[in-house]
Amino acid sequence: MRKLLAVFLLVPGLAAAAGGHVALDKAPIDLNDKVSLQRGAQIFVNHCLNCHGATAMRYSRLMDLGLTEAQIKENLLFTTDKVGDTMVSALSPKDGKAWFGVNPPDLSLIARSRGPDWLYTYMRSFYKDPAAKSGWNNTVFPNVGMPHVLWEQQGDPVLQAAAGGHGKIVLDRPGKLSPAEYDRYVGDLVNYLTFMGEPVRAKRVQIGIVVLFFLAAFFVITLLLKKEYWKDVR
Amino acid sequence: MAVLNKPPVTGAGRLNGVLTWVDQRFPLMSLWRSQLSEYYAPKNMNFWYFFGSLSLLVLVIQIVSGIFLTMNYKPGAETAFASVEYIMRDVPGGWLIRYIHSTGASAFFIVVYLHMARGLMYGSYRKPRELTWIFGVLIYLCLMAEAFFGYLLPWGQMSFWGAQVIINLFATIPFIGEELAVWIRGDYNVSDATLNRFFALHVIAIPMVLLGLVAAHIMALHETGSNNPDGVEIYDHVDPKTGTPLDGIPFHPYYTVKDMVGVAVFLIIFSAIVFFAPEMGGYFLEYNNFVPADPLATPAHIAPVWYFTPFYAMLRAVPSFFNMQVWGVVVMGAAVMILFAVPWLDRGKAKSIRYRGPIYRGFFAALVVSFLILGYLGVEPTNIWGEFSKGLPIVGGDYIATWVARVLTAVYFAFFLLMPWYTAVDKEKPVPPRVTL
Repeated sequence: MRKLLAVFLLVPGLAAAAGGHVALDKAPIDLNDKVSLQRGAQIFVNHCLNCHGATAMRYSRLMDLGLTEAQIKENLLFTTDKVGDTMVSALSPKDGKAWFGVNPPDLSLIARSRGPDWLYTYMRSFYKDPAAKSGWNNTVFPNVGMPHVLWEQQGDPVLQAAAGGHGKIVLDRPGKLSPAEYDRYVGDLVNYLTFMGEPVRAKRVQIGIVVLFFLAAFFVITLLLKKEYWKDVR
Repeated sequence: MAVLNKPPVTGAGRLNGVLTWVDQRFPLMSLWRSQLSEYYAPKNMNFWYFFGSLSLLVLVIQIVSGIFLTMNYKPGAETAFASVEYIMRDVPGGWLIRYIHSTGASAFFIVVYLHMARGLMYGSYRKPRELTWIFGVLIYLCLMAEAFFGYLLPWGQMSFWGAQVIINLFATIPFIGEELAVWIRGDYNVSDATLNRFFALHVIAIPMVLLGLVAAHIMALHETGSNNPDGVEIYDHVDPKTGTPLDGIPFHPYYTVKDMVGVAVFLIIFSAIVFFAPEMGGYFLEYNNFVPADPLATPAHIAPVWYFTPFYAMLRAVPSFFNMQVWGVVVMGAAVMILFAVPWLDRGKAKSIRYRGPIYRGFFAALVVSFLILGYLGVEPTNIWGEFSKGLPIVGGDYIATWVARVLTAVYFAFFLLMPWYTAVDKEKPVPPRVTL
């Protein structure tokens, strides 16, 4: 019967092994790397926030990344915003639909719905496609409405058709960053998006460790109490 | 006044006076004795008996965390999703309350499924405990309704489309189906009106029924006394002087302290999920539900939450006959309703699986395995295991998983429908007169 219980608890794990369609690269997520998260926040504000909002995220929450209120105001805020405001995009949904065919989705929770690995691979899978409306296409998200915003950093990626299989993305012209630097750049951005999806995550794990130590002690006490009461039961 | 002649309470130290005052106006001490300190439970109850008290614990957890969520949640198609994120980010401790509630929903089903499995294994539904079992099945029905209504409230994509799929099941009922679905939704589509009524049902209507049924479940249990892993009645052997069962021990303190060990183990597992894996790999919180509900964008794959998936797999496995889709719904409903009949389907002499014959054990194992695999299949798309090749008779070109689900659905029903036969002919072992330790 104990085996039965074990099977019951294992089933979700087995099911999780079934995966998606495109092989995804592992995103270098480290929520304790404050420097990476700060860089990611800057990349997000500079490149993403023009079109995408993050309406659940307050600028003030960036203080969790070790930034001071003054630093946030100076480096990350548009002049009209207040530090307690949420990250609203300047783009109206109507314009978004007109320009990209679809209103750019809010990114507050994008790392929780798509997963960091998907985002990390997606941001490195754009390629030039003259047939597409924006001039860009993506192997992870075919016919995506979004153009390659980070092309200046990456360069000009093109799809090299491979015989009988998935094409490979190569650089026609190098960008401001080397390929390794670009991977780190996207990695920082995805790290930040992961933080933004659940800002409390690091704190949650910290509290969890304390709670489990407490419960382990509670378990020992209940076990001793039970043994003491039950010693006369035969 | 005669009641004041009740003897004063002793043994409570400085509280004696207060307790005496209360006891002369309220049946405090007699309730305490009849329900706890002199309620005799079999001394051989094993770990499977934790899941009853744990169900009660999870119920309390859900009610308390639910109250705090309700203080900040705003039902409404425009506000619901954002208010959940507001709870997660801006309400102090809100993330913890929300994860406790979302994990509690799955935990509720885990402990209740184990509790039900215990009841089946040890014959806890058998005479004289039929009503305890029936109240239990009613609680299970309420729990499913409660979970279904609650799952719409975050107003994510899975909330929306899951509700859409389930409500559309009612639309398959001939003649009245379409009107019935509109009546449930309060609209022609799942909408703001649906969300608001589901909120009302989730926070008031169903919990009130649930609490009443839980009270009835415990009252019926305490009338007959608990069953045990040997399935023998402890009141068949009582101390001639005191009238208390020889194999019984007072629930308090023996089982209160023992259940605390179960509570501690449960809380360790529960907290590990809440603090380290609240999404539980997408099974407790589905990834798609972090996308706001969009009536215009149907997700590629819609699956209900794991605790409904065995029944969902049965639903999908049933083909349409006579141009009607309703049969899958009928099978799914029958799979739950058949539980009510179990006390009268079982014709064995032994109650417990320990003394049952090999046929019962085989059928019980088949039931558990089929339920688990159906649960897995219900999560996955039907093409998970590919198709049979076109040339094969009958199954040619069909999805393999669909046929596996059909066979397993038959196995599930065989456990119940053949029970009158196999429990009567099975070669049972002799049941001991007293409990074994």
